[in-house]
Formats: sequence, C-alpha cells, structure tokens
Amino acid sequence: MILTNIESVPGRQIVQHFGLVQGSTIRAKHFGRDFAAGLKNIVGGELRGYTELLQESRAEATSRMVAQATELGANAVVNVRFTTSSVAQGASEILAYGTAVLIE
Amino acid sequence: MDSLELWISLAIPVVLIVVGRVVGASIERNHYRDIIEREARSRTRLAVSSKESDAPGAIRSASLAVGSVVVSVDHFKRFLSGFRMIFGGEVRSYSSLIDRARREAVLRMKESQPDADAYLNTRLETSTIASTSGNEGMGTIEVLAYGTAVHYDRAP
Repeated sequence: MILTNIESVPGRQIVQHFGLVQGSTIRAKHFGRDFAAGLKNIVGGELRGYTELLQESRAEATSRMVAQATELGANAVVNVRFTTSSVAQGASEILAYGTAVLIE
Repeated sequence: MDSLELWISLAIPVVLIVVGRVVGASIERNHYRDIIEREARSRTRLAVSSKESDAPGAIRSASLAVGSVVVSVDHFKRFLSGFRMIFGGEVRSYSSLIDRARREAVLRMKESQPDADAYLNTRLETSTIASTSGNEGMGTIEVLAYGTAVHYDRAP
C-alpha cells in the first residue's frame, strides 16, 4: 500500500478511483502518563509519553484507513490528511483520510 | 503556625518558577543545539510545501513521511505569559516553544525516511494538548509534520 499526501503517486498512473477512505481512533491519556507529564511541565521540553501516545494513535488511524482501502481493492491512498480534535478533556480523536486509488 | 503555612504556600510556586527558569533554559539551549546540528545534516534533503518536484529525472518511489512531537513550556515562561495576558501584546516566551516544536517535527519527518531525496507537500499541523486536571496542560502543544517522501530515479 502506497500512501502520499499529493493528488497522485509520482511516477505512476492512477487507473481507478474508489473514493474516500478514513480511519479514526479516540484515545485517552492514562493516569501515569499524565502524572509524569505534570512533573515535566515544570521544566518544559518534550513530553515523550504524549508524543508516543499520539504516534501510536496516528498509526492506528492510518492502519484502519489502509484496511478500508484494501477492502475496496485499492493499492494506494492519495491525498492523505491528518486531523486532531479533542472530543472530551483528556481524550483526543485522530482522523486519517484520503482517496483510495488503483495504480498500475 | 499560620504564618509558616503561608510561607510554605508562597515558597512552592516560587521554587517551581526558579527550577523552571534554570532547568528549562538549559533544556531549551540543548534542544536548539541539537536541532541546528540535525538541520545542517539534512539540509540537502529539502522539505517543500509545493506538490511538484524539481527532480532531475523521473521519480522512482513515493511514500508518506510523518513526524510529530509534544512540547511544553517551563513554569517560568508560563508565569511570564500570565503577566502578558494582563497587558496584551505578543507572548514572546511562547514563540520559542512553537519554533522548537515545528523544527523538531520537520526533522523527525525527514528522519523517518532518511534516504528520500525530497519531501513534497509538507504540511504542519498544531494542536493543543489539554490535561485531564484542568489547566495544567497550558502551554503544551503537539506539532505534526507530514509530507510525501520521494526518491529520484538516478542513472546507474
């Protein structure tokens, strides 16, 4: 599965479009990570726990999107976009969406 | 007894601010040094916001490159920004936070596909991270950088 965030796959020809595919996940932070981040907040800098959490969620959202595309018979997803929105305090939704296509 | 309690309740925020000032500044300095060094190393692999590449020949392969980071300011800067909220104007203490986060995210995007020749249509997205316990997460942001990593077709 090839993913790009432009309208095409450079160097390849798109032969069929399958429309929009998407994958999303809503994650909550757990207490331990929140506590560690609270301590790290005093001195600033990277909050590794949160970075990892969001990376995991984004990977999950992407893999759900890819699964949807595979089901349609696509072999690439073009114009991929990521968005993040906070659903509730301490929980955020990560959405990945794109256009499933068949390339030669 | 009451005055002791008062002193303790005054001392804790002051200590946190001082610790934030000293340790936070050193963390920021080290981070900037690291960023500048890594940027110099990856300078030839351009991240561009356009969709077209200026590839010398054909493009051999393309794939998605993603990099993200969550960064927070220290207590001292949070304290300074509190003053700024009273008078208004540019919150300078936060601009280094955003700058660090964006540059770090772009570097991580590049490092996720270290052998690519260019990164097309690079997008930056910023979101705030709210804490479960009220405004504790104030000054904490996530920056996501993503783009299409392309490999040029080189004549053997």
